[in-house]
Amino acid sequence: MTQTTRTDDERFQLRRILTDERSRGIIIQVILVLAVVAFIAFITRNTMVNLGKSGLTTGFGFLADPAFFDINQPLIAYNSQSSFARALLVGLLNTLLVSVLGIIGATVLGFTSGVLRLSKNWLISRLITSYVEFTRNVPVLLQILFWWALLTGLPKVPDSISIGDIAFVNNRGLRVPGPITEPGSMWVLIALALGIIAAVAISKWARKRQDLTGQTFPSALTGLGLVIGLPILVYLVLGQPLGWEIPERTRFNFRGGINVTPELIALWLALTTYTGAFISEIVRSGILSVSRGQSEAAFALGLRPNLTMRKIILPQALRVIIPPLTSQYLNLTKNSSLAIVIGFQDLVSIGGSILNQSGHSLEIVAIWMAIYLSLSLATSAYMNWYNKRIALVER
Amino acid sequence: MIHKPFHRTHTDMLGERPAPLATVGVMGWMRANLFSSLANTVLTVLAIYLLWVSIPPFLQWAIFDGQVYGENRFSCKGEGACWAWLDQRIGQFLYGFYPSEETWRINLALVLLFPALAPWLMENVPGKRYLRWFSVFYPIIAVFLLVGGFGLTEVSTDALGGFTLNLVVGLAGIVLSLPVGILLALGRQSRLPLIRWFSIIFIEVVRGVPLITLLFVSNIILPIFLPADVALNSVARVIVMITAFASAYMAEVIRGGLQAIPKGQYEAAQAMGLGYWQSMRLIILPQALKISIPGIVNTFIGLFKDTTLVIVIGLFDILGISRAMVSNPDWLGLSSETYVFVSLFFFVVCFAMSRYSMSLERKLDTDQR
Repeated sequence: MTQTTRTDDERFQLRRILTDERSRGIIIQVILVLAVVAFIAFITRNTMVNLGKSGLTTGFGFLADPAFFDINQPLIAYNSQSSFARALLVGLLNTLLVSVLGIIGATVLGFTSGVLRLSKNWLISRLITSYVEFTRNVPVLLQILFWWALLTGLPKVPDSISIGDIAFVNNRGLRVPGPITEPGSMWVLIALALGIIAAVAISKWARKRQDLTGQTFPSALTGLGLVIGLPILVYLVLGQPLGWEIPERTRFNFRGGINVTPELIALWLALTTYTGAFISEIVRSGILSVSRGQSEAAFALGLRPNLTMRKIILPQALRVIIPPLTSQYLNLTKNSSLAIVIGFQDLVSIGGSILNQSGHSLEIVAIWMAIYLSLSLATSAYMNWYNKRIALVER
Repeated sequence: MIHKPFHRTHTDMLGERPAPLATVGVMGWMRANLFSSLANTVLTVLAIYLLWVSIPPFLQWAIFDGQVYGENRFSCKGEGACWAWLDQRIGQFLYGFYPSEETWRINLALVLLFPALAPWLMENVPGKRYLRWFSVFYPIIAVFLLVGGFGLTEVSTDALGGFTLNLVVGLAGIVLSLPVGILLALGRQSRLPLIRWFSIIFIEVVRGVPLITLLFVSNIILPIFLPADVALNSVARVIVMITAFASAYMAEVIRGGLQAIPKGQYEAAQAMGLGYWQSMRLIILPQALKISIPGIVNTFIGLFKDTTLVIVIGLFDILGISRAMVSNPDWLGLSSETYVFVSLFFFVVCFAMSRYSMSLERKLDTDQR
């Protein structure tokens, strides 16, 4: 009798372990950990065996070796004797360059077209809708290739299209005037920086004063004057140390100026128009999310439409806009890696060259992932901070 | 004496007068929608100018001056578009390198796709129950048709290409990424810390890197990670990677839906005595998935567009085929024509998907507001 009860009891407890929520949770987690550990052990063992067979070593020591390949228009000093690490840095800078330019372009295009799409003008809103729908539904890779084919199909260098005789477009890109720096030009830049800082400070002070006393101050005009006026003043005082070098036609090419490659322009155009279409949608739905009463109240107070948009609608819409906007910026940065198909030498493209040359595939992929992950995390950290700053302060 | 009233009053009703000409009809519409203010007029004129400089030249190039016949690009004369390659190369654009006498199998798989999709996408389909069973077996049938075996000639997956490859990778990715995404989203919300951390790390790492690096991983790293005698099919590898990529985005979309469900729903499900999986399946997920339909379909569209990235690891999808063709001496430099043609394929599929999701949203909107 007692015996059977005990076995019943044990059976009961065993079943309880399986049905009890907490113990079941522990069992599931233990299984997950075991599976992950087994998976890692499996691939580590295979990696050891495979690398041992092919005689490759692992480690990041190879990064100091000379690269032996050239990079078209590096942003920092680089030649084929430079190290792999420096080549990767050049690639990273190119990625950052095209991402920043693309983010600026896409933001301007997206906000403008998002606002215009809501305009009462039938033709404009239809035009923007068709731009958004077409661009969003076609792969960005195809658009990059399309722009690149278009730009490399432009006239050859001797038949360059001239833009007011200061810039020239041809199948090797866009040649624009470049700055000539003489000693003293540094001071102009410093003056510009000081002007910007002063303008920001004045606008902050003016806002605070308006909050306290209600008196307004023309901070926009003063700021503009400071940002433009201060550098010009320094420029004139120091005897014009900064000049522009206008590209000059020679027999087969141009002398002077800066050449922007068609790869960079194509990538920038494609990323700007593609991401701009997504941002346009985000902005549109953000504006629509602000209730109608807000704009009616603003009109009742006598604000003009322009001011209503700037001071009432957009600040409220921004709260809805910022989170998806962040992910669009990140998407743009990641999409810039498609540069590889048109030969723009970004991080992935240069990493690929290194990978082919040195065979250190594991390390290169690890570097790629580390860099892109930290870019993502940094961007979303910044945007989270900004989002928190403009978030609704509730009671 | 009768006083005459000082002011005239109407004793009869006045007849209705037509509205001012400027506010009705075409004129009125134009005034309200195109020329309501100075800024609007400027915008309208600008838009008309933009259309004028872009549309007629494009039509002239593509249609009126376009040439459809010819052996190679040299037989295309004039300024217009050269469509002569369509006739010879359309097979490659659609089927890749699939043997031409076997392409009926791809066509059949595509035709069978419609009854397989119908019970999920439409209401009031006759025989819905049987069609559902059919769609469960459809992937097996499709793989059998495409790859062969059991009596059909075997075709290597290397022969898959063109738009077929986009469709195969895209559909497989769509079908697989939804359940994986749901599991990851539930994992991220889970109360079990290890499951939650595993999901978070997977989602954030995959979302943080470009798809192109994942494809490189599948091409270069997987052979190192796997035993030497295991060789994974390249199409299968791409499907795995694209699924992993899309499911991380899917998980975030569904998490948004899960977070929007009021806590009372979870508590009510618990109070009814439902277990975790039961409450998820019966109460939470149906509501959460409904909210996230737009995001889910957007992820599908993104996934389908991303199938073009397979060209970076040497597969020939429709974009890869067109790139290969425009570097062929016979058709050198016809990139505008081919890219316009290829973009139409993607536009049609993706636009249809987005319109379908919008109509579904309206239909499922059961809020009694």
